[in-house]
Order: sequence, then C-alpha cells, then structure tokens
Amino acid sequence: MSKPKLTSQTRAGLLFAAPWFIGFSVFLFFPLVKAFYNSFTEYTILTPPVWIGLENYSDLMKDELFWKSLGNSFYYALLAIPIGTVVAISLALLLNQKVKGQAFYRTFFFLPSLVPVVPLAILWLWIFNGESGILNAFIEPVFGFKPNWLGDVTLAKNVLIVMSTWGVGNAMVIYLAGLQQVPVALYEAADLDGAPAYLKTWKITLPLLSPVIMFNVVMSIIGSLQVFAQPYIMFPGGAPERSTYFFSVYIYDTAFRDNRMGYASAMGWIMFILILALTLFAVKFMDKRVHYESS
Amino acid sequence: MAKKSLKHQNIANVAVVHIVLAVLSALFLIPLLWMISTSFKTETQAGAFPPVWIPDPFHADNYKTAWEYGKEQLNGQAPMLIYARNSILLAILTVTGTVVSNAIVAYSFARLKWPGRDLAFAITLATMMVPFPVLMVPLFGLFKDFGWVGTFRPLWIPAWFAGAFNIFLLRQFFRTIPFELSEAAKIDGCSEWGIFQQVILPLAKPALAVVALFSFMATWNDFLAPLLYLQDQKAYTLAIGLQSFRSQAGGAPIHLQMAASTMMVAPIIILFFFAQKQFIQGIATSGLKG
Repeated sequence: MSKPKLTSQTRAGLLFAAPWFIGFSVFLFFPLVKAFYNSFTEYTILTPPVWIGLENYSDLMKDELFWKSLGNSFYYALLAIPIGTVVAISLALLLNQKVKGQAFYRTFFFLPSLVPVVPLAILWLWIFNGESGILNAFIEPVFGFKPNWLGDVTLAKNVLIVMSTWGVGNAMVIYLAGLQQVPVALYEAADLDGAPAYLKTWKITLPLLSPVIMFNVVMSIIGSLQVFAQPYIMFPGGAPERSTYFFSVYIYDTAFRDNRMGYASAMGWIMFILILALTLFAVKFMDKRVHYESS
Repeated sequence: MAKKSLKHQNIANVAVVHIVLAVLSALFLIPLLWMISTSFKTETQAGAFPPVWIPDPFHADNYKTAWEYGKEQLNGQAPMLIYARNSILLAILTVTGTVVSNAIVAYSFARLKWPGRDLAFAITLATMMVPFPVLMVPLFGLFKDFGWVGTFRPLWIPAWFAGAFNIFLLRQFFRTIPFELSEAAKIDGCSEWGIFQQVILPLAKPALAVVALFSFMATWNDFLAPLLYLQDQKAYTLAIGLQSFRSQAGGAPIHLQMAASTMMVAPIIILFFFAQKQFIQGIATSGLKG
C-alpha cells in the first residue's frame, strides 16, 4: 500500500512468475555468465579458477580434436536434419491421403520415436553388428560380404544418422497436424483448374506448411548440435579413429574425465554462440521463403 | 466409360499407397520386433547367422534373468528393481514439480499484466537456445557447493522452478480460455490465486496432461544428467543402469540386453496406448504454435 504504483495485478504477476525468476537466475543465467568467466581461466573442480585470458580460445583454434569433433557434429546435423525433414514430410503427405487404416500406419511410424535413448543405442548396436546383426542378414546374400558398420571410419557416423531417421515419428505427427490445417477450399479450387497432385503439393501444401517446417528445423538445429548420449554410449572415445567423436562428448570428456573445466567452458560457449548464430541465420534465411498467412 | 477408368485408376492409386505404407511400416517396426524376438532367444540362437526370426525354444525366463542380473553386487537385490524404483521416484518428483511450477508461471505470462512482461517472455523463449553443455560445468560446481552431488536433488529440484518450453506451451493454452471467466470470478471476490485454482486449472487439464506426459518421458529417457550426478549403483536410474548393464564387467549377453531394453521401453509404449490422444495432440501443438 505504501507504493500506490504497484497495482495488485502487477504484484500478483510478479509473485506468480517468481519461481521462474529464481529458476532462470540460479539454473540458467548465473551458470551461463559463470561459464563465460571460467572460459578465460584454468581450473579443476577442486582448485579455484586462475585467469589466463584468451589462452583457452587460442589453444582451441590449434586443437585438432576440437575441429574434428565440431566437424562430426556438423556432419551429423547437416545430414540428419534434411533427411529427417524430408522423410517426416513424405510420411505425413502419404498418411494425409485419407487412406484406410491411417491411424495404424501413423502408430507404426510413431512408435520408434518413443524408444528412450539408452535402449535405442543398445538396439542399433545389435542391428548394425557386423557379425550377427540383422542388417547384414539382408546385405550378405545380395552383396556377398558383411560390412563392418560400427568399425569402419566412413560408415560408423552414418549409423547415427539412420538411427535419427528412425525416430522421425515425432516430426511426422507435427507435419501431419500442419497438413490437416490446410483449408480444403484451396485444393478444391486447384481441382477445378485441373491441377495434378504434385503441383498441388508443391504450390499449395508446402508453402502453407513452411512456417511449421521452419520452426521444426530451428528446433532440430538446436537439438542436433547437442547430441550426446547416442555417440557416447555406442562409440566409446569416438571409435573408430574419432570418426564418431561429437562436440558434446568432447566437452563432457574435457570437463569430467580430464578435469579441465576452463577449457570445457570455452567450448561450451562456442557451442552456445554457434547455436545462436545458426538459429538467427535460419530464421533470416527462411523468413523470406516462409509463407505466413496474412492476418 | 471415362468415369469407370477413373475409378480403376483410383483403385490402383490406393493400392500403391497401401503397398508403400506397408513396406515403410515394416522398416519402422522390424527393429522393435527384432529387439523383442532376441529377448526371448537362447544365447547361442541370439548370435546365430543367418539370424533366426522366431525364437525356438521360447525363453520367457530371460526376463527374470535380466531383472536379477548382477544381483551379487547389490546384496542379492535385483538391480533392475532398484533402477526402476529410482526412475519412478524421480519421475514423480519431476512431473509434479514441472506441472505445478509451469502452470503457476504460465498463468502470470498469459493472464496477468505487469510491466516488462513481454520482454521477460521474449527472454524466456530465447533461453531455449542455451545448450546444456555450456551450463553443465558451472551447474556441477553449484550443486557440488550445495552438497547435492551423488543425490537425486540436482535431477528434480530444478524442475520445480519452471522452464521455457513448458511455460510457452501452457501460456498458449491459457490464453485461449475466455477472459470473461476471470472477470466474473473477480467480481465474485476471487483472488488471482483463486481464479488460477478454480477457473483456469480445471479447464487446462488437457494441457497439463501433455506437460506431465512430456516431463515423464524426459525424466525416463534422461541420460546425461544422471550420468553426471549419480555415482552409487544403488542410485542409478534405468537409463544409466541399463548402460552399466551393457558395459560393466564384460557386460550382459545380448539376449539379456534386449530383454532389459524391452523392459525399459515397454512402460512408454503402454503409456502411449493409454494416452494416445494426449501424445499426438501435445506433439502437434508443441510444433505448430511456433
């Protein structure tokens, strides 16, 4: 009452938002700033940070493993995101044909995306097993040999992309919902003009779906650069020859195996800046191509 | 005549779509069926090449063996039982905290006016871009200072302080509830807390169910955070328990790995069949409202 400006709604608003103000400050903002400061220091979990200026960053520029792991993560993102998006949209388009049994097919495509990451990794290690994996049961009769999927430098990282594509069910459900929001009247108008199906897809469906595609691609960029559990579980140390050593795994190993917290913080901040830049770039780049309904 | 050939063409089209869908379904389902099939095999049959599709003999007791595998290290207690108990306990604590805290905070962003609200919301959305790896080192230090490392606390206490994604999801829903309802309640002398509890929450049940479902899935699946904070095997969740099952002490044989994996997947699949509508609608809204 002493501050008449503070309306009861303002007071209630701030009180209701208080848990998040605390959560944001303690679990997000403070660690983020601390990581920034620590990225200019050298320390272990037991010793206090010692200021070393830009040394971590200049060391990183010369660190082969840093570039290698960053390259692996980008390779994964650059293949998994486009492939996943195309597969998810294709499945959604197929299901949107109003075929009988749509609900069953949708369930079949969706189920794999429910598998938690640890069983997922264990299962795919077994499928791609070079000796008695089920995949080679199909490959061997046709090609006469059994590829060593998990032990081959060029093949191993693609195993992770196949796994990620198997889990597109989530995105498919989103695209299917997006397709169902496209006004039927537009298709009817196109039918009157005798437009073939592919043209309707290209000229009506995809433009109207583009905001949804953009949102999901942005979320995928943020997610795929952080991928940790799959490579960590399946390919210890990024075997073979670091070909599956991902950026997140390198950060984890640097911090919690090598106990180089400052160096790991510098890498963490580089990841943050990369995600920030890529997201802004994706939004800018796609904004021109995205069709927004005029309101 | 023309009409008839068009009809034939349609039938052909439908047939092609069905064949394509059936083949694709097989591709998506075979890995899961392969996991279940292997889980019922003997060790020799699991490793046979070319593979045996249908287990013969059918070894259902693999599940009991997997459940108890490694119990010598835990004074005879079944490790999977301990992991499952931990995962369920954590899920209860996290889901409750996530639903309660995000509902309260989302109410503020959706239904109350205060200076700086829209800016605060924009910042909230931007936090979705902050990757966990940049936070994990300082957070570990923080939780170590709190004396929480080795306990469940770093895994569930943060859930009680809301998070961007769920605030966003619930805010979208809360805004669709007619404001006249709040006004009417206010005239009846309801406080904001009263409106939140008696008007908004009952109407928001579907959205709250989605948040609960997603946070359950996230807790059940989480690997990195339990890996960071849990050290004692007795505190392991299913996710890291399963990982240790595979990697430690030579590792369990493959048919038992598959049985244990199936046991971790099964609750989620069962949950899906019970809450299919919430799953599908929740995922759709989370991806559409961008």
